[in-house]
Amino acid sequence: MSASFDRLSQLCAKRYSVDASIIKPEGDVFETLKIDSFQAAELMSELEMEFDVEIPDYELQDIKTFGALSGAIDARL
Amino acid sequence: MIRWTLRDGTYELELGRDPCNEIGTTVLGELERFLDQVDTENASALIIHSTVRGGFSAGADLRELYNGFMDVPQKEQEPRLREFIDRIHSVMDRLDMLPLTTIGVVHGICFGGGFELALTCDILIAEKSARFAFPELRLGIVPGFGGIPRLRRDVSNAVVRDLLLTGRSINAKKAVTCGLVSQMVPVGAGLRAARNTAEQANKFDPESRRSCKAFMKPLPTEQLEEEKELFVRLALRPVLQAALKKFVESDDPRPYLP
Repeated sequence: MSASFDRLSQLCAKRYSVDASIIKPEGDVFETLKIDSFQAAELMSELEMEFDVEIPDYELQDIKTFGALSGAIDARL
Repeated sequence: MIRWTLRDGTYELELGRDPCNEIGTTVLGELERFLDQVDTENASALIIHSTVRGGFSAGADLRELYNGFMDVPQKEQEPRLREFIDRIHSVMDRLDMLPLTTIGVVHGICFGGGFELALTCDILIAEKSARFAFPELRLGIVPGFGGIPRLRRDVSNAVVRDLLLTGRSINAKKAVTCGLVSQMVPVGAGLRAARNTAEQANKFDPESRRSCKAFMKPLPTEQLEEEKELFVRLALRPVLQAALKKFVESDDPRPYLP
């Protein structure tokens, strides 16, 4: 996995008080973090600022897993 | 719901309707009640903020809008829609022109009609969690609460086009960069920053403060009327009703994301 996946999992673990070990590339972001649509929007803001990128919503529409999410971030770095 | 206090010359208007301050006839009625009672002679500033976790406001109450369409015979839909739009424009215009320094504090979601409400404020303070969007095009409409002329008043046409034509959301940092937001603060620090800003406004001579605002922030009356007509024309097509039906029946965990 990419370096951004490690940063992503650390940020999510800290932000949502979960063990980083449960965050796996194939894991579903919503189910793993138990977040709703409002928290997902906040997470987007945090990720964009952490990685200093902008990720348009339409690039995230089909993204379900942490691996795909880190891939979307990598594509913008 | 919506509550307000007046302390040391500053009104604080709290938006507290779960899940995320959806704007329908209830919120509209409460905003009208506030505007009818606000004492602009004995206040200098108004802070508008949300006390709900999800954010500032998710926008228009789409469920109410959908039910409104379903309950009304087709020939009555246009007059009813015009009546609602005229009413909401009146509220937004009154907020926009209040002779107070108005400060919006945004956290989390600030979408659609909620974004339009925020745009009536003179100064916007955004917490780092804030996201701004106009997702209306995915419903087959344009913003209809006066948001387009107000956004055009504040930022470049290119930014307006980007937000409208893609429906994407932007974060607080981007909102600062494009000139929409004046201060970005940590999560939970917005209200404190707004109170400090209001305290500063309270130091100024009332007549200069009011005159300066009136000079620098004229109401884009003509464009507001044009937006109303555009909104009504688009909203009366079957496209909106189909999109609202899809939204109301959706079990998508991310219904608010564009």
